[in-house]
Amino acid sequence: MGPQRKVRNVDPILTKHVREPNSFTLDFYLQHEGYSALKTALTKKPDELIEMVKASGLRGRGGAGFPTGMKWQFVDKKMSPRYIACNADESEPGTFKDHLLMERNPHLLIEGCAIGCYAIGAKVAYIYIRGEFLHVQTVLERAIDEAYARGFLGRNILGSGFDCDVYMHRGAGAYEAGEETALLESLEGKRAQPRNKPPFPAVVGLYNKPTAVNNVETLCNVPIIVAKGAEWFAALGPEKNGGPKLYCVSGHVKKPGVYEASMNVTLRELIEGYAGGVPEGRKLKAVIPGGSSVPILMPDQLDTQASFDGIQKAGSLLGSAAIIVLDDTTCMVWLAENLLHFYRHESCGKCTPCREGTDWIYKILRRIERGEGQTRDLDLLQSISANIAGKTLCAFGDAAVTPVTTTLKHFRHEYEAHIREKRCTLHAGWRARQPVGAH
Amino acid sequence: MSFHPKMAYDATFHRSARELEEEGPPFAYTATNRARFDEIVKRYPEDRRRSAVLPALYLVQSQQGYITANAIRHVAELLGITRADVEDVVSFYTMFYTKPVGKFVVQVCRTLSCALNGAERVTEELAAKLGIEPGQTDTSGTFTLLEVECLGACDRAPVVMVNDAWHERLKPEDASKLVDDLRTKGESALSGCHLVAERTKR
Repeated sequence: MGPQRKVRNVDPILTKHVREPNSFTLDFYLQHEGYSALKTALTKKPDELIEMVKASGLRGRGGAGFPTGMKWQFVDKKMSPRYIACNADESEPGTFKDHLLMERNPHLLIEGCAIGCYAIGAKVAYIYIRGEFLHVQTVLERAIDEAYARGFLGRNILGSGFDCDVYMHRGAGAYEAGEETALLESLEGKRAQPRNKPPFPAVVGLYNKPTAVNNVETLCNVPIIVAKGAEWFAALGPEKNGGPKLYCVSGHVKKPGVYEASMNVTLRELIEGYAGGVPEGRKLKAVIPGGSSVPILMPDQLDTQASFDGIQKAGSLLGSAAIIVLDDTTCMVWLAENLLHFYRHESCGKCTPCREGTDWIYKILRRIERGEGQTRDLDLLQSISANIAGKTLCAFGDAAVTPVTTTLKHFRHEYEAHIREKRCTLHAGWRARQPVGAH
Repeated sequence: MSFHPKMAYDATFHRSARELEEEGPPFAYTATNRARFDEIVKRYPEDRRRSAVLPALYLVQSQQGYITANAIRHVAELLGITRADVEDVVSFYTMFYTKPVGKFVVQVCRTLSCALNGAERVTEELAAKLGIEPGQTDTSGTFTLLEVECLGACDRAPVVMVNDAWHERLKPEDASKLVDDLRTKGESALSGCHLVAERTKR
């Protein structure tokens, strides 16, 4: 991301100071009213805080958009200990917002963890960070040490009698660890494979204890709600889609990066305004609005409001707000092949339809892309997709077939051209000069 | 579900075809690593030491570069779990190596946003320069080339990770120079994550 650009529909809140050199230090954070929300929170009753988060309408920023206040309310308060597991796995292709927050504003996350723990009555929060983010982990560990040293974490925080520990836990390269129950399995020292739901983590979570699993950006919004009030937060953005939102724009745009806006913003403003539009001389072909797992939107849908509900109405999902922009040099069969390579590799192997099916789909797509496909392969793709979606423990199965079903829906003619011409007809400069073999 | 008649079953395509770890030399943590291990274990409830298996394996890897059967035994004993439990984890996560790797493990992100910005060609150039295919280590044991899935730096595509450090916006035409620079300057040849670079520059 380049220098912070002027945000048009709201002043940045989450990323206000990210361009300043010392924004990651505790001293800087304290100069900018850091940890004052924690002080306020500790004067309230935990239930009041949960009500406040509910009233703010904060929805989970990890992908599902589930109301955070509800999630916290569901945490079984009769069982203890309880835990917060912060999901910093950030591995949905196209997503890089939490990286920025953790790297440049780590104390906001720590404050969010502490308030969250107080609200649900937990004493420990684990931040599960993906293994590839070692440099980010270093920043967070330093910030955690600073917070302990100044009494914002540890025993008897700010004289309130509330104890809270925050620990880092490093993953080791597994997309599936971003799924909430798989994350808990991984945290318990096992393979990152999902559990059956229900019971949900709020009742049976980490070590079989009630656990709230929250995304980094979600927890970062909590101190803001406490500081500015639930009404202020809810009013920022359309109804039921309140609060500041980070958008990750990447792919074929001039200025890829993280942009903060309220959810009043449209896809067109994000792509053509904030991110500078597609490179000169190229035309927009399609947009993936919420990470690789969601259906694509077409250029005539650019004026869709980029909110959870707006995108859903347009037939896709906001997901993790990872907007991947595709211009007219993109072959859609290649795109599906690229993403299925990802899903085939990342399938955790627990459910047969997903483990076997992603492999079959990938092989068929590779065959079509190389010009060795047959017309009946298209029906086969549909059939395999239908037999994976909804037939797995977690949402991975649905996610994995989406690139196939959505490209078949909008760009069936490209598949047919590959089969007819026996080759890929779009050879863009950014593609490999010869087909890259399977590895 | 009907199996496609032309789809040959290709065992090498499956993860289940992996080989067992080699026995390796006898393994025990160095005193420093043992102290770090003891520190890490404290983060988890006493009866949940198993939670420390990922950090424990990272320590093994930092000590001897890759994970052997003897190291698995050591970790299993320290955590009070079976060797199979540890092996289960080692074989699942992509960041654990069960074979010696090069001094520089060059991992090119191949997922969509990087691919849209030329990652396929970066891999091609690196493979040509090093004379190896992705997944292989060169004969001198200096470089291992790998293709990996999304690294979470899509705004700085194409991105490569060398050992634990990032190099952002690697153009295909600069790939060969990066290899030369790594040989002469080591990891300081890498751009690092731009956020880190901004922080340390000032």
